Amino acid sequence: MRFSDEKLKEVDRIRGFYPEGRQKSAVIPVLHLAQQEFGGWLSAETMDYVATLLQLEPIEVYEVATFYSMYNLKPVGKYMFEVCQTGPCMLNGSDDIIKYLYDKLGIRPGETTNDGMFTLKTVECLGACGYAPMMQLGKNYREHLTKDKVDAVIEECRQHTAAKN
Amino acid sequence: MGRKLLLDKAHIENIRLYDVYRREGGYRSVEKALKTMSPDAVTEEVKKSGLRGRGGAGFPTGMKWGFLAKPQGVPRYLVVNADESEPGTFKDRYLMEFLPHLLIEGMITSAYALGSSRAYIYIRGEYDWIVDILEQAIGEAKKNGWLGKNILGSGFDCEIYIQRGAGAYICGEETALLESLEGKRGNPRIKPPFPAVKGLWDCPTVVNNVETIAAVVPIINEGGEEYAKIGIGKSTGTKLISACGNIKKQGVYEIDMTISVEEFIYSDEYCGGIANGRKLKACIPGGSSVPILPANLLLKTAKGEARMMTYESLADGGFATGSMMGSGGFIVLDDSQCVVRHTYTLARFYRHESCGQCSPCREGTGWMEKILLNIENGKGKKSGIDLLWDIQRKIEGNTICPLGDAAAWPVAAAIRHFRDEFEWHVENPEDCLRRNYGLAGYADPLTPPKGELVPV
Ligand SMILES: Cc1cc2nc3c(=O)[nH]c(=O)nc-3n(C[C@H](O)[C@H](O)[C@H](O)COP(=O)(O)O)c2cc1C
Ligand code: SF4
Ligand code: FES
Repeated sequence: MRFSDEKLKEVDRIRGFYPEGRQKSAVIPVLHLAQQEFGGWLSAETMDYVATLLQLEPIEVYEVATFYSMYNLKPVGKYMFEVCQTGPCMLNGSDDIIKYLYDKLGIRPGETTNDGMFTLKTVECLGACGYAPMMQLGKNYREHLTKDKVDAVIEECRQHTAAKN
Repeated sequence: MGRKLLLDKAHIENIRLYDVYRREGGYRSVEKALKTMSPDAVTEEVKKSGLRGRGGAGFPTGMKWGFLAKPQGVPRYLVVNADESEPGTFKDRYLMEFLPHLLIEGMITSAYALGSSRAYIYIRGEYDWIVDILEQAIGEAKKNGWLGKNILGSGFDCEIYIQRGAGAYICGEETALLESLEGKRGNPRIKPPFPAVKGLWDCPTVVNNVETIAAVVPIINEGGEEYAKIGIGKSTGTKLISACGNIKKQGVYEIDMTISVEEFIYSDEYCGGIANGRKLKACIPGGSSVPILPANLLLKTAKGEARMMTYESLADGGFATGSMMGSGGFIVLDDSQCVVRHTYTLARFYRHESCGQCSPCREGTGWMEKILLNIENGKGKKSGIDLLWDIQRKIEGNTICPLGDAAAWPVAAAIRHFRDEFEWHVENPEDCLRRNYGLAGYADPLTPPKGELVPV
C-alpha cells in the first residue's frame, strides 16, 4: 500500500500548513486523502500506512479515525447517499425521501446494495437546511430532492459507472 | 430595504473572482489598515463598532481581541470557525461560496490587528467544494500581494491555511476545534485557560466565526462608529439569518437589526410568509440549540411588545417566554408539524454529536432521545414527560462544554410551551402512529399580521 507520487506531493503540501514539529495536525486531511485513494473506507492497513507516513503511533490515527463520522470504517458501495434527517430537513419531507430510498434500493441505513453500487447513510444536519431535503454524494450536495430527482441521481450513478467500464 | 454590508455585492457576476472583487472595492480595508493604522487602532475600531460574535454566543469581538495575550517571541493565531454544523444554520457556507474574498480580506485585516502571521480556516469536512473555492481565492490573493511576506511594504507577513474537519458538530466548539486542528479527537478542553491565553499549540489564539471576520471589512472601511449606528442598542450592524423550514422563501438574508420578527417572516423581502397556505405554529429563531417559541410569543414578547430581530428582543423574557439570536438559524414550523417529532430529531442529533466526555451529556442525551422516540410513536407515558424535564435539568450547567446545555434547552422549551402536545401523544397512541398531529389550536393565536402579507 502506497500513495501515488502525486498524492505524496499532496501530503507534503499539507504538512507545510503547520509549523515545525506540529505535523500531527496533518492526520485529518491525510485520512481524507487515504479514504479517497484506497476504496472509500479506512482499513486497519490504511490507517497503519498513514501512521507510518506521518510518523505517528497507530493508536493516534485510530483514535481520530473512530471519532469523526466522515471516515468509513467498513467497506462502502461505489456511491454513498448520505441523506440528512435532522429537524429542518424533516420539516421539508426528508422522511419521505429516506423511505423512498429504502424501497428503491432495498437497503436500510448502513447497508450496501448487493451489486456494491450504493450505500445508504442517514446523517445529521449538513448545513443545507434551506435547500432541503438533501443528501451528499461524493464532493457535492444534491438539494431540493424529490422522488423524481432521486431516480435521476440513481440513474446518473449507473451511467457514470457504465461510462467508466 | 435594510442596509446590507456583507451581501450587497453577492449578486454581481463573478464576484467570486479576484479581479471583479477588487474592481468592486475589495481589499480596501487591508490597504487602509496596513498603510494608515496601527494594529491596536484596528482593534479599537472593532471595539467601537459593538460587533458581537456571530457564531452563537454573541460575545463582543473587540473585547475578545483585547484579551489576547501577547508574550514576547510566542506566535499568535487567528482561527476562523467555519464548522457551521448547528441545525438551521447555513449562512457561513453562503458567504464563503459566493464571497470567498470577503472572508480572506477580513482575515488579513484581523490577523494584522492580532499580530498573527498564520491564520487557519477550520471548515466542516462536508463543505468539500467550498475548500476549492477558498483555495482559489487564497491563491489569487497571494498572487496579488495581499498574502505572503511584507504585505504592502508594511512589514506584516501573513499566510492563510485551510483545515477540513471530518464530520463532528462538537468541533464547532472552539476548544474542540483547536484539539481537532492539532490532529486529535474533538474533545472540548476545560476552560480556563481560555484560548486567548493558551489556544492552538498552547499559543494565544482568537477563534472567530466566518461572519464575524467578514464584518471586520465594512467596520474598517466605514469606521466603527458608523457601523454602530446601524441597529438597535447593543445589537449593532447587520446579521445574516439563514431561514428554513415551512416558509415560502428559504434562504440566507442579511438584515440590519431594526426589523421585527413579523416583518422578517411575512414580508416579501425576506421569508415571504408561511408556505402552502398554512399558518405559523412555532419557530426556533437562532439555531437548534435555542428555545423554541410558539407563534404568539415569537411575534410579541410577554409584555405585548413587537418582538424585534435583535439579540436583546429575541432574548426578552429569558427562557420562560423568550429565546436567543444564537447563530441566526431561523427554523419555522407550520401548523401541520409535530413539535414532538421535531424535538426528537434534535435530541437524536445531540446524542449523535456528544463527544462523550461528561456523563450527564453522554447518558442524558441518549435517554432523552429514547424517551422522545417512544412518545412520538405512541409508546410514551406521562411520567416520561416528567423524566425528560428532570434529565434536561440535570444536564444543564453540569458539563465541560455548552453542548450539554444546547441539548437540554430545546427539550426544555418544547415541554414548557407544548406540554399538551406531548400529553396528546401519550393519550392518543393510535393517532400518533397515523401522524395525525391534530393540534392546530397552537397556530396563529394572534390576530394575523396586517395587509396583503397574510397567507390564507
Ligand atoms: C457545541 C458547540 C458548537 C458550536 N458550533 C459553532 C460553529 O459551528 N460555528 C461557530 O462559529 N461557532 C460555533 N460555536 C461557538 C464557538 O465555540 C465560539 O464561541 C465561536 O466560534 C466564537 O466566534 P464568534 O465570537 O465570532 O462568534 C459552537 C459552540 C458550541 C458549544
Ligand atoms: S458537554 Fe457533551 S460534548 Fe461537551 S465535553 Fe461534555 S460530553 Fe463532550
Ligand atoms: S437539517 Fe438537513 S441540512 Fe440542516
